Amino acid sequence: MKAPVLVAACATIAVLVFAGRPAAVDAQGVSADLTTQCASCHALTKPANPSVDRLWSRKGPDLWYAGDKFNRDWLVAWLQKPTAIRPGGVMWFTHAKPGEPHDTLNTGAVEKHPVVDAATAERLADALLQLKSDGLVPDGAFKPEAVNMTMGKMAFGKLRGCVACHQDQPGQGGVSAPQLYDAGQRLRPDYVLAYTKDPQQFDRYVWMPKLTLSEPDLQRLTGYVVSLGKENK
Amino acid sequence: MVRYGMAALSLVVLGSTIAIHQPATAEAESPKIKASAHLYDTYCAQCHGVQRNGKGVNTVGLSVQPRDHSDTAGMSSLPREQMVKAITEGGASVNKSALMPSWSSVLTPQEIEDMADYLIYVCKCHQGQ
Repeated sequence: MKAPVLVAACATIAVLVFAGRPAAVDAQGVSADLTTQCASCHALTKPANPSVDRLWSRKGPDLWYAGDKFNRDWLVAWLQKPTAIRPGGVMWFTHAKPGEPHDTLNTGAVEKHPVVDAATAERLADALLQLKSDGLVPDGAFKPEAVNMTMGKMAFGKLRGCVACHQDQPGQGGVSAPQLYDAGQRLRPDYVLAYTKDPQQFDRYVWMPKLTLSEPDLQRLTGYVVSLGKENK
Repeated sequence: MVRYGMAALSLVVLGSTIAIHQPATAEAESPKIKASAHLYDTYCAQCHGVQRNGKGVNTVGLSVQPRDHSDTAGMSSLPREQMVKAITEGGASVNKSALMPSWSSVLTPQEIEDMADYLIYVCKCHQGQ
């Protein structure tokens, strides 16, 4: 009697592990893909009931403000050849292993994003860029002419400690948060500024804390972050 | 029979794999301790370690070693109000590293108070008090 129960338990675990994993996306019916395939892992509308547990259970980062966040060219290229942005996945803890001299991430276990063809990538990008935060990212907040890049790098590394969680160069910096070494290609400057200014506006429970940053701090940090990776474009 | 044994063994291995991510100190404890342990895993363990030993995944990029919360002797010298202040206002507010940010935008005052109690629990400092 116990054996069938065990087999059923294993089968249930397997179903739970693979449930919701999106299949390949083709160029047909992008709107339907957004609402079904993409939505199986990403929040495409602002969650009505954010919580700590939602951070643990979601399978991908929120995209309900994707239109404020991403540069289209990067999005089109990335959807065709996705690479890891968060070394430990959307919730780093689930891939963390205790050890010496420090804990590590089992990066090989992080689920990979589905690949789409070029036509689908173009259409998905266009659809994603329609998703806006409804005022959280004011246009023109970033003033590039005011940026001192040396001070921005210093703020990122030593003064404000962003490097504790984010990598600004491959292999240099913390690994729990999204890497930023291609942020200049990936992210819109006004989004970087708005998110850095108050991450909890986007998610009350997200683990990037709101720092006490002056306007010049925000400008120089944003200037540094959006400079990253541009030389490789 | 052997197959059933293997299936049972697989479940034990799976259970052990999951258990490795659970803080050893959170077993059969009060709801408040469990809730704080969950918040610790979510926000603190990235630097302070999944085993609360100051060896989190982010220490690879840190110039300063995060505090080892499992260190009974080291934590015993830390007043509770200083823990609350460091969590609330950041490390610089208690003359420690600015790499420890303020968590007042994420954690409520009550959650921070509970976290201080949890840290005292984790370091077993309460036994000497």
